[in-house]
Amino acid sequence: MSENLIVPTMAEMLAQGKQPEVLFWVGCSGSFDDRAKKITKAFVRILNRANISFAVLGTEESCTGDPAKRAGNEFLFQMQAMMNIEVLNAYEAKKIVTACPHCFNTLKNEYPELGGVYEVVHHTEFLKSLLDDGRLTIEGGQFKGKRITFHDPCYLGRANKVYEAPRDLILKLDAELVEMKRSKANGLCCGAGGAQMFKDAEPGNKEINVERTEDALETQSEIIATGCPFCNTMMTDGIKVKEKEGDVKVMDIAELIANAQDL
Amino acid sequence: MSYLDNILFAILLIIGFGYFFRSVQKIRRNINLGTDVNRSDNPKARWTNMAMIALGQSKMVKRPVAGILHIIVYLGFIIINIELLEIIIDGLFGTHRIFAFLGTTYNVLIASFEILAVLVLVAVSVFWIRRNVIKLKRFISSDLKGWPKSDGNYILYFEVVLMTLFLLMNASDLHLQNVPGGFSHFIKAGSFPVSQFIAPIFNGVSNESVMLMTEIFWWLHITGILIFMNYLYFSKHLHILLAFPNTYFANLKPLGQFDNLESVTKEVKLMMDPNADPFAAAPVDENAAPSKFGASDVQDLNWVQLLNAYTCTECGRCTSVCPANITGKKLSPRKIMMDTRDRLVEVGKNIDDNKGVFVPDNKSLLNDYISPEELWACTSCNACVEECPVNISPLSIIMDMRRYLVMEQSAAPMPLNAMMTNVENNGAPWQYNQQDRLNWKNEN
Repeated sequence: MSENLIVPTMAEMLAQGKQPEVLFWVGCSGSFDDRAKKITKAFVRILNRANISFAVLGTEESCTGDPAKRAGNEFLFQMQAMMNIEVLNAYEAKKIVTACPHCFNTLKNEYPELGGVYEVVHHTEFLKSLLDDGRLTIEGGQFKGKRITFHDPCYLGRANKVYEAPRDLILKLDAELVEMKRSKANGLCCGAGGAQMFKDAEPGNKEINVERTEDALETQSEIIATGCPFCNTMMTDGIKVKEKEGDVKVMDIAELIANAQDL
Repeated sequence: MSYLDNILFAILLIIGFGYFFRSVQKIRRNINLGTDVNRSDNPKARWTNMAMIALGQSKMVKRPVAGILHIIVYLGFIIINIELLEIIIDGLFGTHRIFAFLGTTYNVLIASFEILAVLVLVAVSVFWIRRNVIKLKRFISSDLKGWPKSDGNYILYFEVVLMTLFLLMNASDLHLQNVPGGFSHFIKAGSFPVSQFIAPIFNGVSNESVMLMTEIFWWLHITGILIFMNYLYFSKHLHILLAFPNTYFANLKPLGQFDNLESVTKEVKLMMDPNADPFAAAPVDENAAPSKFGASDVQDLNWVQLLNAYTCTECGRCTSVCPANITGKKLSPRKIMMDTRDRLVEVGKNIDDNKGVFVPDNKSLLNDYISPEELWACTSCNACVEECPVNISPLSIIMDMRRYLVMEQSAAPMPLNAMMTNVENNGAPWQYNQQDRLNWKNEN
């Protein structure tokens, strides 16, 4: 069954002489990774439900350059950045929302100096603002009373001090938010950042994602909520290593909200 | 009356401060070996940072036990400096307890110095126990083998000796103040809540001998302070001074924002300029791009990173929260800072030995001190930066060294090369076609 997602592209919008309220930057993970695509769709369903005028770049989008920059390849990063900025500026993009904290950080902090100045928000911040403006209502639904813990993505939390928006959304679901021993500014990385996602870990005695999954399991939560497709992958793998797939689910905040509304 | 004491004292001071200023000059020179970076913006936020973080110790108390003990020792240091002022005046002019005219204020001051001295002794003892008996993980790690471990203990011993001398000096002074009918120049001044319990040890000793002891304690105390001051140059204890400029000049931008290399921007812009003549000779630029991208040695780092290295007090909080280190990888952010300082000192010595010019020594920060394995283990999560009580950024050094490895040596781990090839060819870190970017829309 093919669902009817309404996903206009910036090119289509321009052809109709329209400018969307917000540009949804999908990111590589959200476009290609099977697990992350579910997050992308969940977010789109919410946007559609709330009748938000948005558009994606579609095939005109390209990697922000974040993994190249963190790996040390400043050339490749700046080439990607300048190409993306050319596209974004051509469409006169003003506001960008993304479900990937790495894209979020790069677009928000590292693009302005190179000529790309936009208002950039993480999808949890965007959803929170829709809620605050009364453009979206959330009911707890299936998550009412459930124990949920939130894993802070480094590039959302420490890097940009966004700690409350995702937590506020979890609380709106009438769920019981349980903090891990290391959270917010003290949160432990999932192990994917700094381009680690794309290579093997150096020799050690443990995988970082397992260490972090143990933090999450300690909270006895049924759901580990994240706001980053890479954290999602790392925590999901961690749960597999711990053989807890049956008991604990890893879900993005957007999925929690979409599922709660049976979207 | 002989002026020998005063002259001796003045000479001692001149030697003590003279050597100290020489060390300060060397540190300044070494820090200035770094490249330039502008940290003069937003002075208001910078002063606030300095007041809150260095003066106010706000990040120290994130770990309450060490934090509170540290505040005691730190207050002891600051307040006892007022006593130092009196000692210097007395020593230079042959006076005795020159501030005694302050009356009650003086009594309160001396009393609080004494109580602080005891608290410092307690705090320092706990610190010693944490390092040598309880052996907290961050104090026994391999980063601290050799000199750094001894250095940590020497500082504690210094404090014990100085505080003990201070109390003995007061106790013997008090004993002479209480001689019926008075003795020599020992006027009644000060309140001694602690040393009054030590003073009885002098009962039965001749007044002349006690006076000699007072003088010895006094001289040892000031000499000890001057030696300690000069010890800073060789020690992690340098943080008591450099924490202030370090917090002032620290990065104010969001932690996730890594600097964009300007030299790269120029080249990329030229590359993307459709009007650029591809066959033209490279334009001669007065402000030519640096010959090197990233950092392989201390001279390639900026001066704030070098200031960071001198400021690091090797507490290891960074390493204790580093996800790579927690899971047994070689990377230790503290070691990155210690290596940077060690190499910088080595480069400085080289310059001193060669009449002010650095003679290449076939060594570098990269490889000889910091291995690529350490650099590649970093997740860039910023936990170390967040944790540092004085806002040091080990991450910025790691990133600059990765840049050197990748852009100068093409020495990235193979899977990262594959990732970068993908980004370059198809605009994603994986091998997917850019034309398929919107396929998710119609998939189930």
